[in-house]
Amino acid sequence: MSQKKLLLAASLLAAVLAWSTAWSALPAANPASPPALPASAKPPGKSTVDHGKLKELQKKFTSGPEVTKACLSCHTEAAKQVQHTKHWTWEYTDAKTGQKLGKKNIINNYCTTTISNEKDCMACHAGYGWKDASFDFAAEDNVDCLICHDSTATYRKLPGDAGHPVYERREFPAGSGKFVEAVDLQKVAQSVALPSRANCGSCHFYGAGGDGTKHGDLDSALKKPGKYLDVHMDAKGLNFTCSTCHATAGHQVSGSRYQMAAALTGPAHTRGKPDASPAACQSCHGDKPHKESILDAERLNTHSNKLACQTCHIPEYARDSIGTESSWDWSTATTMGADGKPVFVKDSAGRRAFDSKKGNFAWDSYVVPEYRWFNGHVSYKTKGDRIDPSQIVEINHPDGEAGQADARIWPFKIHRGKQAYDSENNYLLVVHTAGEDDTALWRNFDWQKAIATGMQTAGLPYSGKFGFVSTEMSWPITHMVAPKTDALGCAQCHSENGRLQGISGIYLPGRDHSHLLDGLGWLVVVLSLLGVLIHGSTRIYLHFKHRG
Amino acid sequence: MNASTRIYLYRRYERFWHWSQAVLVIFMLVTGFEIHGVYKNFGFQRAVEYHTLTAWALLTLWAFTIFWQFTTGEWRQYIPTLHRVFAMVRYYAYGIFVNAPHPFHKTASKKHNPLQRLAYVTLLAMVSPLIWGSGFFYLFYSYWRELGLEGTVPLAWVALAHTAGAFMMLTFFIVHVYLTTTGHTPLAHIKTMLTGWEDVEDEVPVKEA
Repeated sequence: MSQKKLLLAASLLAAVLAWSTAWSALPAANPASPPALPASAKPPGKSTVDHGKLKELQKKFTSGPEVTKACLSCHTEAAKQVQHTKHWTWEYTDAKTGQKLGKKNIINNYCTTTISNEKDCMACHAGYGWKDASFDFAAEDNVDCLICHDSTATYRKLPGDAGHPVYERREFPAGSGKFVEAVDLQKVAQSVALPSRANCGSCHFYGAGGDGTKHGDLDSALKKPGKYLDVHMDAKGLNFTCSTCHATAGHQVSGSRYQMAAALTGPAHTRGKPDASPAACQSCHGDKPHKESILDAERLNTHSNKLACQTCHIPEYARDSIGTESSWDWSTATTMGADGKPVFVKDSAGRRAFDSKKGNFAWDSYVVPEYRWFNGHVSYKTKGDRIDPSQIVEINHPDGEAGQADARIWPFKIHRGKQAYDSENNYLLVVHTAGEDDTALWRNFDWQKAIATGMQTAGLPYSGKFGFVSTEMSWPITHMVAPKTDALGCAQCHSENGRLQGISGIYLPGRDHSHLLDGLGWLVVVLSLLGVLIHGSTRIYLHFKHRG
Repeated sequence: MNASTRIYLYRRYERFWHWSQAVLVIFMLVTGFEIHGVYKNFGFQRAVEYHTLTAWALLTLWAFTIFWQFTTGEWRQYIPTLHRVFAMVRYYAYGIFVNAPHPFHKTASKKHNPLQRLAYVTLLAMVSPLIWGSGFFYLFYSYWRELGLEGTVPLAWVALAHTAGAFMMLTFFIVHVYLTTTGHTPLAHIKTMLTGWEDVEDEVPVKEA
């Protein structure tokens, strides 16, 4: 017996040993490892051109337009293409209403408007020299190639330069003690590449004048995000760039907030098929993407008839310490410190909280979106449109309602604020904020002068009387898609006071009840329970009475 | 006390059917009212999953049971009758308190008293169609569009009908459980349902009208 045990133990030991040696021997025996390359033989990149070798770029460039001229000597059609995009025109015509929209025309509730403030705002224009209405939109040399194609992360454009890069080292912000180096245009031109997340982000992460300020689902953390922040852009995983989804051809970038595909249906798109909305989730995933569990798959897939993918798969936006601005109150702007000088106050996370130039700000991180029915069309109140100052003015309103085939429930960031309006004419005001002249609000802190200049530039009458009106803007949330394990659970919406409490037009199990039916139902249940209890106790009582 | 005889009332399949149905219905009620938002137990998602699985289990059980009812002819036990219903009502309202003899005597061919028959036939003809009709709409909500049902019935109606059915089932359950205690001992009916055997007291039979 003991001999048998010994034998068993020995064979077990032998098996373990054999197992471990097999494993330790494996790497050495692996025939798949590639032969080592000599250090000098760098594997070729993906581009067929090394711009550093082009003779057109072997010179000292002194200005942006000079670089563009060199680019266009080979890429002959590039500027014409760019000039047909919103990145150039900053204008969008609403196909439904004919309304002129785009940054060139709208008044938002952040910095409010580009009109009369071009020299600052155009730091984010894909062009050079747009400082006022006289800008030549046809001049090809004015197209800025480098803002999107710089791969050195040294190309900087600062407010005040009307879109030109930094040509001379200078202190920025003025008085901060921080200096921005002059751009080495030759080096930048020689290392151009396809746009990276940082290229798009150099403007789109910093909208409204600071990291994460405007969108909430776009901030500098997306330059190198982890899987938690963005499952597609995950730098160690799928590592998508912006243009992986925003598929681009002829410089026409797909997927725009002004014209959204809010309710795409059908299967995933195949290569080669014309694709109207490549940036939408459904273009890769289809509208029935859930496969995991036979119990849940169909039920989840049905949700795509009512919900945008983003509604469950972006449970919170601004999921980082950068956060996003939740409100901007202009009514306190021009309030000075005790010494009569402008003040700047930061919140505990180092984000702007008050600025004498701009008023009060509130910030938030890990924000739960607000939900609205949305069919992809947004109605705007732009310059000159009448408003009702007794109510909160919805500067942009996501259209769509329950029951419409093209409407889905979408997540939104709602940015709230107070801003100047003409209290006689009842429309929002164009305020001249940025500039060196003495009417600019951020220079002389005089509302009347700043409004007068702004409205004159905009070509609108100003009554001379202004007030501050509460406004709201809705920003659809579509970036920062979380890993599927972080998607919303059912009860987040299917419960009383859940996330979709404010959504009307649907019966939502777990949230909705008929109070009449429930009242009646419980009444019958309680009465029958009482009935049997009384009946039963009477029987027991009489039983013992008879016996006793 | 008279000597009693035993009769075999419920056969093995019938007992299996009854008790497994009992478990499934109770579980349907527990998960259903959670989905309705009355309390939190499994969590909404689990509750929906269990509710769905249990529904299919119950349907399977019913498929076998319907087959069984028709091949054995036992379905006749459910044909309603008004004969002596009032005797039963009088018994539950008064006789039971004064130890009056039970007006109905079970036999293998007549297991259910007239009031029971009425209750079961109501359950089969009213409550079941309400619950299962609405339940099927609910279950196949994913396919409404393909089935051309979208826009014909609002989901709210389906949900309300289903909820109404659930309240009826709960009420039935309460009364049904209570009535099991009305045998010659409080647990006599339960025992019969478990073993299949009923003790029948050989009393002077009440004269049938």
